[in-house]
Amino acid sequence: MIDLQTSTHRHLHVHGTSPIHGLAPEAKLAGLVAFVLIVALTPREWVAAFAIELALVVAAITTAHLRPTLVLRRLGAIIPFVAFALALPVVGDGSTTDVGPFALSVDGLWAMWNILAKATLGASASIIVTATTPIPQLLTGLSRLRVPPTIVGIIGFMFRYLDLIVDELTRMRRAMRSRGYDPQWLWQARPIAASAGTLFVRTYERGERVHDAMAARGYAGTMPDLGTESAEPSDWVVALTPACIAVAAVTAGGLW
Amino acid sequence: MGPYGADVIVALHAPDGFLAPWVALATGVIVVLILGLALRASAEELGDRRIPLAGVSAAFIFAAQMLNFPVASGTTGHLLGGALAAILLGPWVGSLVVAIVVVVQALVFADGGLTALGYNTLNMAIVPAFGGWALFRGFRRLLPANGSGVVGASALAAGASVVLAAMMFSIEWLFGATAPVAFDRVFGAMVGVHVLIGVGEGLITGAVVGAVLAARTDLVIGAADLAPADLAERPRVGARTFALASLLVALFLATVVSQFAASSPDGLERVAQDHGFADTAEEHSLADGLFADYATRGLDNEGLSLAVAGVAGVALTLIVGWGLASAHRRVRISTTS
Repeated sequence: MIDLQTSTHRHLHVHGTSPIHGLAPEAKLAGLVAFVLIVALTPREWVAAFAIELALVVAAITTAHLRPTLVLRRLGAIIPFVAFALALPVVGDGSTTDVGPFALSVDGLWAMWNILAKATLGASASIIVTATTPIPQLLTGLSRLRVPPTIVGIIGFMFRYLDLIVDELTRMRRAMRSRGYDPQWLWQARPIAASAGTLFVRTYERGERVHDAMAARGYAGTMPDLGTESAEPSDWVVALTPACIAVAAVTAGGLW
Repeated sequence: MGPYGADVIVALHAPDGFLAPWVALATGVIVVLILGLALRASAEELGDRRIPLAGVSAAFIFAAQMLNFPVASGTTGHLLGGALAAILLGPWVGSLVVAIVVVVQALVFADGGLTALGYNTLNMAIVPAFGGWALFRGFRRLLPANGSGVVGASALAAGASVVLAAMMFSIEWLFGATAPVAFDRVFGAMVGVHVLIGVGEGLITGAVVGAVLAARTDLVIGAADLAPADLAERPRVGARTFALASLLVALFLATVVSQFAASSPDGLERVAQDHGFADTAEEHSLADGLFADYATRGLDNEGLSLAVAGVAGVALTLIVGWGLASAHRRVRISTTS
């Protein structure tokens, strides 16, 4: 049985005082999206451009004083794709090249490299931003970037109640286990599904109670803006620097 | 997370650069349009309760996706929840909620790429929610109008919605493949695997809907047309019989699909060579067009691939379109009444 709790957001933010921690969230998010966009658009043959992008990611990890092991551990999310990518040279079509005793597809090897490089760089960049930005700041950043307030509000509620709901689920599973429930086969899964059903009813009723409490305090459909300091021009400059360097690297790669 | 879960994620939480940029852009535009409609419709359905209720529901879907259930001795699977959300919350709110879960997973948990959000959201939220809703409505018509009918329709629709998502992914691969694996192989593997995954998704979804019906019938939007007395009537089929029977059917389907994909290209190629039109077929390739680098890489045997893609695409469009249309009707009925 997996440990449900480690997967929620409780431990995502790593407290720190680095320059990256201090950047305004909207600038950080914009910088992240710009950088990831460039990474995704980098032609796969331009290995030097990927090297520069990797250097930028490593520089950001160092500047943010994040432990490399933390970033590597969170990169676990892309492991299924690593497995998929590793299969490509074997299952790929087209001309082959001999690597040791194996005849591998050339196009497949490039495709593997492409997926591995982009997935790693993109996910690392996201990990740096979430590790240096607390969730409330992320939400502020999203709304400053003109994400519809309803969406930001829903995400906010989701985070507020996520740990609570996951804890409730964990308690249910623990109670079932302590009563000797240890299912091995799909047809023994009905109690798990029933607990999920119960959890939905409890969750929805909690939502209704929360709404009643909000209405009692004057809520009429829009969340009040609690507002923190918005981005200075310098924040934008710093946050967009990696993306700009990446653009320069890719452009240079195109000129060679 | 067993190998079972890994396959689901390969299909759906794709990382940055997994498909060609124009696929990311095109799917992104579609998703933004549909979510815009869903935002408006959800405001009509829930009013100012929208933010708290959709918020806690998103947390529920997130938690439900972490819930792992046994599949076979030691292997576990987990729920995707797109069809479940649509059946419980209605397709508009359901698709919105699951889409938000997918976006948060990418943005905060680095689970799925930010530039892959278009196709990931389409495959994991929009297609399962609206496709699942359309199928649910269809199965409801075939099954008796009582609690069992709702549970059965939920199970069948949820199982099929996973296959729809796999078909959607294959079609995106046809247009934006980044690796030299032919469309028909991707289609065969994806649909074959997801027919099996669909069994778990279907059984669990059916049982979850059954449990919610037992507690609060009004919280299953998909059963809103039935009176509580009808819903109370629930003849049971043994879980073991049902699981084994659906597993057998799924195994059969999976074998047929993957066989078809694995063997028929050779067969068709031979026919082409026998009749001497293999060369002409080559010249007809899309290689000179816009898709020079990518589309042809996704095509092993054009004729067959395009036929399969065409049929799958038409089926998908019809089912998801029907879901959107009936979702639209539902909002109109609820606002006029």
